[in-house]
Amino acid sequence: MLRYTVRRIILTIPVILGILVISFMLTRLSGDPTDLILPPDAPDSAREAFRRVNGLDQPLISQFFTFAINIFRGDFGNSLRFHEPALSLVMERMGATLELAIAAMTIAILVGIPTGVVAAYMRNTPVDISVRGVSLLGQAMPSFYLGILSIIIFAVWLRWFPSGGRGTWLHLVLPATTLSFQLVALIARVTRSCMLDVLGQDYIRTARAKGLSERRVVWLHALRNAFIPVLTVIGLQVGFLLGGVIVTETVFSWPGVGRLAVQAIYARDFPVVQTVVFLFAMIFVIVNLIVDLLYAAIDPRIGYR
Amino acid sequence: MTNTASDTKTARRPSQFRLVMTRLLRKKSVLICGTLLLLSVLCALVPGLVAPQDPYDQSLLLRLKPPSFMEGGREGYFLGTDHLGRDILSRIIYGARITLLVSLLAVAVSSAMGIAAGVVAGYYGGRTDAVILRLIDMQLSFPVILLVIAVVAVVGPSLTNLIIIMGLSGWPRMARIVRGAVLSVRGLEYVDAARAIGAGSMRIMAYHIMPNILSAIVVYASFELARMILLEATLSFLGLGVQPPTPTWGGMISDGRNYISLSPWVSLFPGLAIGIVILTFNILGDELRDALDPQLNHE
Repeated sequence: MLRYTVRRIILTIPVILGILVISFMLTRLSGDPTDLILPPDAPDSAREAFRRVNGLDQPLISQFFTFAINIFRGDFGNSLRFHEPALSLVMERMGATLELAIAAMTIAILVGIPTGVVAAYMRNTPVDISVRGVSLLGQAMPSFYLGILSIIIFAVWLRWFPSGGRGTWLHLVLPATTLSFQLVALIARVTRSCMLDVLGQDYIRTARAKGLSERRVVWLHALRNAFIPVLTVIGLQVGFLLGGVIVTETVFSWPGVGRLAVQAIYARDFPVVQTVVFLFAMIFVIVNLIVDLLYAAIDPRIGYR
Repeated sequence: MTNTASDTKTARRPSQFRLVMTRLLRKKSVLICGTLLLLSVLCALVPGLVAPQDPYDQSLLLRLKPPSFMEGGREGYFLGTDHLGRDILSRIIYGARITLLVSLLAVAVSSAMGIAAGVVAGYYGGRTDAVILRLIDMQLSFPVILLVIAVVAVVGPSLTNLIIIMGLSGWPRMARIVRGAVLSVRGLEYVDAARAIGAGSMRIMAYHIMPNILSAIVVYASFELARMILLEATLSFLGLGVQPPTPTWGGMISDGRNYISLSPWVSLFPGLAIGIVILTFNILGDELRDALDPQLNHE
């Protein structure tokens, strides 16, 4: 297990390096970052001064090292729009994003797993078919469209929930449900297929043969064994959630990191964009690492591969 | 003599293509989805013939008119008009062109890269395989949408840029599928036989391995197409897709956001178009997979 952990951690080093390179390249893709940051009518002298101050007159490789060192010091540069450190701007909004992401994940787990279990147990009945239908639909609908639909129905017509902003728990309902919809569909599908595998196993027949109640067999014996692959899928969906918050926060005017990123893109505030890209990718890598290690801890066969 | 020839003809096994097509066309879902797909391709190819109005024609008098089947709707504007008085149905029809063009070409880019990388990794194995796998893992560790948004924002949302960036975002998954498929056929006897008669690596990969993994590629590409349509719509919604006044489905949904409470149809119908097309590709992909491999149980 220790060897596996060490190897798995070493494997993330090139990935982190890749994230650094891509974050760095982001502002270099269109050539000179000066063109991105300074207005088009800026005089040559101002451009020259900007290049000197920001080290843009240095060779690319040394610019990269300065960038990497600064990042590890927590210095992502200042926002061009707010003239504040980009990192603190992002961190201020991280709470709102985490609140949304955690709420969405909770809904997805609480709805997705029982739905999948019921669909597997009642395989090929109308219940199962409608679960599969909804899950197919969930994959086909863009989340921003679902968000707008839910605003039309629940905020405009029924007036049950506010259409945007953050405040009470009522504000959280529509964005969290929207963000969780595709996850619910995915978790239900994976749970269903894992449960189908498990329900055909000998130990389930044994459990039934020794007279256990059906409820006990399904929810305790079967679900516990079907849970490991479901857990992995849930872990791997953190990346999806991070991508999803960008769109959901924009639709519902949720004051989080995703909305900040989109606004920063419109305002060409690249230090903020860079910070969000780097932090989101890092969160994603770390969560994947934790999921892999957890998975190995639960299922010892993985460590020996 | 002629008799024998005709006997041979009738005894010949139907081709794999014909078998798959027969299996597919027997299904009602395939017929419905196929018709929808043909319809959207027709819209994309000759929108001028299908659309009832000019999609760019603005009229302040016709602003935000409801669909013609609703109260207050105007004759000739079946799905109503948007905030500039443009016909929504015509814009959806013209929008199919951009959506399908961008998504198809993006899938072509991602497939070309993914197939090349996957075949090379699977065929050569060893260190080549390890390096390509590491690259795949590295790219998959990024939230794709954020990366695409950020890159489009930097390089600008031109049609070519969109196709390349979306294509680049999709190659690792295709490479993974292709690599797996190559690994499963690499050790088979006919590949050894080809090598034994002196075929080079390029020839084996192109003529012996590729045709045998083609079905896996086609099936995956149909799902990938659905994903690209979703990505294109999301980018357009965020204002990073093909720029206005060119109609795009995601852009139309975004345009309608400010009028949701009084004129929900502006956003409603383009979204339905996206949903239907994605559903069509997903169902066709599922059915194609089943038809290519009827023995497999895809629960």
